[in-house]
Amino acid sequence: MLSRIQFALTVGFHFIFVPLSIGLILFTAIMETLYVRTGDPKYKTLTKFWGRLFTINFLLGVVTGVAMEFQFGTNWSRYSEFMGDIFGSPLAVEALMAFFLESTMLGIWIFGWNKLSKKMHLLAGWLVALGTHLSAVWIIVANGFMQNPVGYVINNGRAELVNFWEVLFNPYAWHTYVHTIFACYSVGAFFVLAVSAYHLLHKRNIDMMKASLRIATVFAIVATLGNAITGHFNGQNVALRQPTKLAAMEALWESGSNVGMPLIVIPDAANERNAVEALKVPGLTSWLSYGSTDAFVLGLKDIPADERPPVGLTFWAFRTMVGLGVLMLLLAVLAWWHNRKDTLMERKTLLKFMLWSIPLPYIATNLGWMTAEVGRQPWTVYGLITTADSVSPVAFSDVAISLGLVIIFYAILVGLDVYLLIRYAKAGPEAMDERHAAVAD
Amino acid sequence: MSHELLQVIWFALWGLLWAIYFGLDGFDLGSGMLAAVFRKDEEQRHLIGALAPIWDGNEVWVITAGGVTFAAFPKLYATMFSALYLPLFIILFGLMSRAVAIEFYHHMDYDRTWQKIWGWVLAVGSFLVALLFGVAFGNIFQGMLLDAQGYHGTIVSLLNPYGLLTGVLFVVAFLMNGASWLAHKAPDGELRNKAHSFATRMWPAVLVVAAGWLVYTPFATKLMDNFLNVPVLFLVPALAVALLVLTRVYLQKGNHLWALLAGSLTVGLTVISGVIGLFPNMFPSKIDPAYSLTAFNSSSSHYTLQFMFWVVVIFLPFVLLYQVWAYKLFGRKGTGSEVQHY
Repeated sequence: MLSRIQFALTVGFHFIFVPLSIGLILFTAIMETLYVRTGDPKYKTLTKFWGRLFTINFLLGVVTGVAMEFQFGTNWSRYSEFMGDIFGSPLAVEALMAFFLESTMLGIWIFGWNKLSKKMHLLAGWLVALGTHLSAVWIIVANGFMQNPVGYVINNGRAELVNFWEVLFNPYAWHTYVHTIFACYSVGAFFVLAVSAYHLLHKRNIDMMKASLRIATVFAIVATLGNAITGHFNGQNVALRQPTKLAAMEALWESGSNVGMPLIVIPDAANERNAVEALKVPGLTSWLSYGSTDAFVLGLKDIPADERPPVGLTFWAFRTMVGLGVLMLLLAVLAWWHNRKDTLMERKTLLKFMLWSIPLPYIATNLGWMTAEVGRQPWTVYGLITTADSVSPVAFSDVAISLGLVIIFYAILVGLDVYLLIRYAKAGPEAMDERHAAVAD
Repeated sequence: MSHELLQVIWFALWGLLWAIYFGLDGFDLGSGMLAAVFRKDEEQRHLIGALAPIWDGNEVWVITAGGVTFAAFPKLYATMFSALYLPLFIILFGLMSRAVAIEFYHHMDYDRTWQKIWGWVLAVGSFLVALLFGVAFGNIFQGMLLDAQGYHGTIVSLLNPYGLLTGVLFVVAFLMNGASWLAHKAPDGELRNKAHSFATRMWPAVLVVAAGWLVYTPFATKLMDNFLNVPVLFLVPALAVALLVLTRVYLQKGNHLWALLAGSLTVGLTVISGVIGLFPNMFPSKIDPAYSLTAFNSSSSHYTLQFMFWVVVIFLPFVLLYQVWAYKLFGRKGTGSEVQHY
């Protein structure tokens, strides 16, 4: 159990940093592209401004990622032994293809401003972006196998890889990938929206921030809309390949055809029923899950109790994520509209909403990840190995000590990350040109 | 390719990755430790600013070594990392502290107190990583308390004389290389002279510890067996020794880049020598060789090894190519801190 908490914490922390990195590097690379194409120094300043925020955050993604790479061995040794043949390969490819690329290129990008031509520098920036996206591919391919194992045989009590391409082109992984990437873009876009809103509220750097917003609002709409669309297909993907997770996400107890979706539900897992069910839309669950109102949907009661995921957690994580997604889409459209009409400066309330919406995509992303991972329980690899069988035979005290250290250390890291991001975000783009960036307030 | 051949190739790759890692990140870690020695404002700024663009690329080699161990030798990965649970966690914390310190040093350049703290974090983190990696490899060379039930050692049993000696060897060699790097990058004569004399003074220490280690090794480990069976292999450690001498020659000449190169190759070849002595063991048992994890009993399936082999053949050249690019940009003599308009 301690190992589970520790792993959930390390992945959770890692997943705080990574989505912002992926979203922000793409945005930064777009800014630099605009700079190289238009020659407008405004975009260079913006590139450096957003780039600096990216680098602060990226580092912590790297740092927490290193810990994860080794944690599979330290805490999940039995899982690693069972699965290494398959799970290790994407991780090794990730290191070779993605980690080297992003790490080396980032050094070149940050410190190469005066050493490279504009175009080469831009190339380095896009290669960092490519590296982060590739890195996400491989880790999600590895996770995709855990969700929907393909391309393997069980041999001598171990899963052995027989077809790498099947693992790579696992449809489950790619559904998850596009959905996750759009989620990362939302985090990045809302981060930019919030920081820009802060500056507009304080009437500073107005031109710069409006230029940022022009791109960022479109980015935010594309991201949230993309999330809704890919989310829908991902739901169908779950329905097809992990009906137990779907049942838990919907808190659906009775199997049946033409299943409706109550808009308001409060599940009561102890009594295998829902305490509240209201505003039922007929056939919606069937239609959303399988594209037909008549489709059969598996209910929780037809799943043996020891193979059911925790219903409450899965259900609430999923519902809250969807709700937040809708809210974010509305906010993005409003911001885009007013920025286009140039009426954003008068909309103080909207600006404040934008500022305080920073945590929303974070929460949504982490809830999405919880839905995916908790919904897979009790399995580590769906249908193959359970979580209880995966853990390392390590002394309780060792895990407890390292867990304590991890919590303290990561809390410090998050604190520093937030402190520095706020400091430099507040200081604004002009301060980037001075060596000693002064806090503006 | 036959399964045995692939297993041997992967064993060699495994050793090679560790050798490259210690060769490259070794001087980073050494340079990091020097943050405790070169504490003056400008000195420290140049020291850390010279590390900033390259440490991350170097560190990826250890992640790759870990990933490759997972992919090619899952049983080894699982056993080794859960056996060395606490030391590995301290290494991880060290690596994380090092990374955070280097980056935040510059992000917090508005506050000297913070910078002082980061300087110490960097030094201590780098030291722990260097020492404990040495201790870990010293213990692997010696053999582990491994039987049918698994691993029985504790962190105290790992801190035995031979393990510690290997750790000290890593520390002093890395310090010497780190000082060469600093001398190479130093923007002014004063810092260069200071770093130069540190490297020169470190060299005899490396020599003494290395000699002690070489003498101790046949008594503490079975590494000699392979060399005695195939005497031509003695060329590898002999080359390591020759390069250590060459390091001194280049230091004398004041050619710090070549001194660094020779010093890093010394480190790399020492690791390779150890790995040659280990073959085919990867995590030997001290209790009974029957429980040792070898290249042959802990590897992945034939398909995985073959597939991953091609992945490495295709991607490793690219990695080397752009890492060379990075060093061409940031390895120039006398540029000092690379941090300007951040």
